[in-house]
Amino acid sequence: MRIPPLVAQRLIASVLWILTAATIGVLLFIIAYVLIHGLPYVTWEFLSRAPERMGREGGIFPIIVGTAAVTCLAVLIAGPIGVVTAIYLTEYTREGRLTAIIRFGADCLAGIPSIIFGLFGFAFFVISLGMGLSVIAGALTLALMVLPTIIRTSEEAIRAVPYSYREVSYGLGSTRWEMVTRVVLRSALPGISTGIVLSLGRSVSETAAVMLTAGSALRMPQSLLDSSRTLALHFYILAREGISMNKAYATASVLIVAILVINLVAYWIMRRFIAKTG
Amino acid sequence: MRREKIISAVLATVAMSGIAGLSLITAYIFKEGLPIILRVGAGKFLLSSTWAPSEGKFGIFSMIVGSLAVTAGAMVIGVVFGLGVAIVLTQFCPRRLAAALKPAIELLAGIPSVVYGFMGVVILVPLIRDHLGGPGLSVLAASIVLGIMVLPTVTSISVDALRAVPRSYSEGSIALGATGWQTTHMVILRAARSGILAAFILGMGRAVGETMAVIMVAGNTAQVPRSILDPVRTLTSNIALEMGYAAGDHRSALFATGVTLFVIIMILNTIAMTVSRRRGQKAGRK
Repeated sequence: MRIPPLVAQRLIASVLWILTAATIGVLLFIIAYVLIHGLPYVTWEFLSRAPERMGREGGIFPIIVGTAAVTCLAVLIAGPIGVVTAIYLTEYTREGRLTAIIRFGADCLAGIPSIIFGLFGFAFFVISLGMGLSVIAGALTLALMVLPTIIRTSEEAIRAVPYSYREVSYGLGSTRWEMVTRVVLRSALPGISTGIVLSLGRSVSETAAVMLTAGSALRMPQSLLDSSRTLALHFYILAREGISMNKAYATASVLIVAILVINLVAYWIMRRFIAKTG
Repeated sequence: MRREKIISAVLATVAMSGIAGLSLITAYIFKEGLPIILRVGAGKFLLSSTWAPSEGKFGIFSMIVGSLAVTAGAMVIGVVFGLGVAIVLTQFCPRRLAAALKPAIELLAGIPSVVYGFMGVVILVPLIRDHLGGPGLSVLAASIVLGIMVLPTVTSISVDALRAVPRSYSEGSIALGATGWQTTHMVILRAARSGILAAFILGMGRAVGETMAVIMVAGNTAQVPRSILDPVRTLTSNIALEMGYAAGDHRSALFATGVTLFVIIMILNTIAMTVSRRRGQKAGRK
């Protein structure tokens, strides 16, 4: 028996809509569930005090500082390298063997799982270079991890700059470098910033790679060579070792709110960018 | 002009950082892991399922099976839901709603993997234990959690692939009297086939490589699972669970686990890149 096409159409459409609704439902459910269980415990005390008894009591202040240090440093390292790579790929060379190699490198890096970055960071930064489990080792590892994202988004942003801008700049007698820094980069800035902000988000939510490179010390890091736990790892340890469910939910809430804010900022920059360039 | 040349050379040098990083990663992982594979014997290392580091026995077969089982389960969920959502967003959904839903689904990708794992422990594992039996921590739990995690990747790349199908194709089909669904599955899905395949493979890479969420819900027993309700250990969890205290040969064996994972991922990536390159050439885009 054949199902009439119009019935099939209705049937499939409803099934697919149910799948979509379920997906959105899961997203909202996860966020709501964590926030409902966690937000009541997110007090000023929790945000501003040091953890006590392995995190069973007290707050997460040193962990917030550690997270900010590791992730911001990672983005500060990967940002300039990524943007320069994108500039080179788009403005300074033709497509050829060299660009193919550079793109291949970025594509492969993008596919490597975070635990492998962690293993590498541990063998190279922590042991071989003698950095120990530290903020700087964690930041360098994360920088490698987010580099492909920054390269790709910067490249797209730079390519989106209309060609006429470049012609006008050359027409006014500027050199290639002046054209790139004063015209192209300025117009591509919102797109580039979006990529960098998204990378910050990815760094904040990373766990496996920082566990093996930044370590899990609960103290306030005093220097870049000190070990420091990040929020995601702290949440993992609290939840997995059953240290304190309330503190775990509270930490997860802080983490999710941070990620939401970072993603909204990235989205907002992108929207303004699209509105401006039409 | 001289200055321009210097600038160009400096930029080229910096641009090589990515590939330099990749080479360093490859070199270090292999340098640390390969010797022990050669000493134990590649066949024995890959095909024995006895993992007893204290007795010097290193066989990762059960973890290879574990990774594959969990990934296969995740892909069923990731593809059914991911592709379904992608079809809705591109074919059945008003443009404005799609514009709001796509970022919402991409936000799913931003949620830290530990949060997914935790939700799995708190909600999914008890459900499985109470209604299906077994310890709850299982292949099934890990598959569902991973499936939800790869969904955004599969959706977002599939959406791009479906959108890249020229409008004239669907217009032609509709003009011939086909319904929306006939057009979708006979014309659009077929035209976007290789893009969807690339989405599938990249999602698979993500599932194979995921660590923390899997540790939380998979149970981590190093034995070959007999059913989807049995606990498993994956390659990634093996590394993350034991790296903290391993030393000597044990540590090398964990790096060797990393080498195995690395090779699997590289094969998947190469397939994905070839598939998407072929698609690019066929459609005549750059």
